[in-house]
Formats: sequence, C-alpha cells, structure tokens
Amino acid sequence: MSRPVRFNIHPIAADIKEAVGVAEAPEGYAGEGFFTTKLSSVVGLARKNSMWPLPFATSCCGIEFMATMASHYDLARFGAERVGFSPRQCDLLMVMGTIAKKMGPVLRQVYLQMAEPRWVIAVGACASSGGIFDSYSVLQGIDQIIPVDVYVPGCPPRPEAILDGFMKIQDLVGQESIRRRNSEQYKLLMNSYGIE
Amino acid sequence: MTLTNDSIQQKLTAQFGESFFTFSEQYGMLSFEAPKDQNLKVLQFLYDEPTLAFRFLTDICAVHDPEQPGKELSVVYHLHNLVENVRIRMKIYTAIEDPKIFTATRLFESANWMERETYDFYGVNFVGHPNLKRILNVDEMDYFPLRKEFPLEDQTRIDKDDQMFGRG
Repeated sequence: MSRPVRFNIHPIAADIKEAVGVAEAPEGYAGEGFFTTKLSSVVGLARKNSMWPLPFATSCCGIEFMATMASHYDLARFGAERVGFSPRQCDLLMVMGTIAKKMGPVLRQVYLQMAEPRWVIAVGACASSGGIFDSYSVLQGIDQIIPVDVYVPGCPPRPEAILDGFMKIQDLVGQESIRRRNSEQYKLLMNSYGIE
Repeated sequence: MTLTNDSIQQKLTAQFGESFFTFSEQYGMLSFEAPKDQNLKVLQFLYDEPTLAFRFLTDICAVHDPEQPGKELSVVYHLHNLVENVRIRMKIYTAIEDPKIFTATRLFESANWMERETYDFYGVNFVGHPNLKRILNVDEMDYFPLRKEFPLEDQTRIDKDDQMFGRG
C-alpha cells in the first residue's frame, strides 16, 4: 500500500530556526557593532559545543553508547560529532563498562595522555562503583584511579541517560573558568590521585 | 579395539600396580587419583602407550577443599584421546602448606598457561615451570583469590555499606 500523501497537501514553509540550533550568547554588553563579555564565557561556549569524546567502552554500556552515537539518538546534535580514538585529540573521556583491576593502569594512562582541559564521565554502575561485580578482580569505581566529573547511573543506562550525562558535562564545561586548571584546588585534586 | 573405561583401568593397573590408583567413575567418565610425585610418569605413560594415546590436555584446574586435612588442594588434569574420542580425568592431591607439583610443560606445551592460571588462583607451585607468574590477575595481588579462606568480595572498597548488600 502506498503511503498517504499528507505532508505535501498543505506545505509548510521551512523555518531555518527549527532546523538549525544556535547557541545562546553569553551575558555581556552589546551595542552597535560590538559585544563585550568574559573570555571565560566565550571559551566555555566554544568548548561545550565542540566536545571530542574518547569512548573507553569495555562492555554493555559501550553498546548503549553505540546507540547514543547512531542516528536515532545522535550525540552529534550536542556538538560531539567527532569521536576521537586518540587521547591526544580528545577532551572528554567516556568510560563505559566494567573496569577490571588489570585494566586500571591502562585507563589511567589514557587519562594521562589527554591534554588539559579534560573531563571524565563514568557511564553505568560498573564504571561508577564496580556495580554488581563486587569481586577481587574488578575496580570498585574508576574514581579510585582518576577524577570523575559526571556519573551516569544505570545498568546499563539508556541512551537518554547518557545524553543527559553529556549535557551535564556541557554545563560544567560551559561554566568553567579558564583559570580553574591552574587553581590550587585543582592541583590538590590531581595530587590526591598522584598526578602532577 | 575400542577404548573403554575398564580397558584403560586395566592398562593403568598393569603398568603401575594394584594399589597405585584410586579409580572412580562419574557420569560415564573415568576419574582416578594418582600419587602426587608420580603425576608426570602417569601422564607420560598415557601419552606414549599407543593403545591409550591421551595426547590432548584439555584442561588443568585446581580444587580447594579445606575439609580434607593434608589433601586440601587437588590438581585435576583432563585428558582427551582425539582418535577414539575418550576423555579421562586425573587428580593429584597435595597439602596446602607445601603445594608442590611437577610441571607438565615438558609433555604438553599447553600446560604452560593452564598451570600459570592454576598458580594464579590457587597458589599451586609447579616445580620446573619455565615462567610461573600470575597470568590473569594483577601482578600486585598478594593472595590466591579462589582459596576458600579469602572472601570473594573486593576488600579494598570503602564506600559500600555492608548492610545494604545483605552482609551486615
């Protein structure tokens, strides 16, 4: 059976505002031909809408991430079109799945190879806390070896939850001061993980 | 001539004597216990004897049973005759204080990793093994996790409330 022709009977003129998302301008003073705002806000705006995620997928949460990346949920809508597979290029480490203790040093090395600023999202119960694997061989949460910015609960979380976690990361990135990574607190945090 | 459990048993007793083995049969599979220091001789005989020809080592594993003093650890060899498609099982018992067993790596190359795994989880010391170190667990691990005296749960966790997990 052919599809009923419904959409062409009363055609609606395409509205570019519905198709293209435009990021809101940060707070500032605008006048004719000029706009002033904080450098932090502009840098944050640029960073948060152009995240380069590095997927570190070890198990079923990784499958959910593949769905998140694919056309239906489409992580690219949030400015994360390019998933990099080199830690040197990426600024968001997405850890999805059970991290065995033997995998711990590998994950830590991947984190160390990323350039500042870098963010980490722990997707799923296993990455966040070890999950059901309360066992001699499984790391009880990746925050034992690297600092984590956002935890996404679920076993595994649905793609919507991963997107929600990603948007939380975007909020963090957008609001972060460009001087945060030089601050004393940040150095203390890094030192508590044994990272210089 | 087909290889039956009875014929295997007869050949083994004819070679090693009446009181050498303890035979049993579970679900149609011949299983026998051999003296600890003779495991290589038995394996070699099973390999070389043309009518037996158990030339494929399917698996080596260990079992820890703290209820049996002096025989706490047992190492189990699963052997397969690929021509006749017959499988047998050989068990070696050892005390946990001195878990020394001769390595089977000279006879079976595949025993290398299997013995490393058995060492990794049960601490069985395979004498003569070329590279006896941990294979699956982290190198820093200082115990043998599948021995019964060690709890299964990760002991380094600090953020989990035992009561929430029904262990209070």
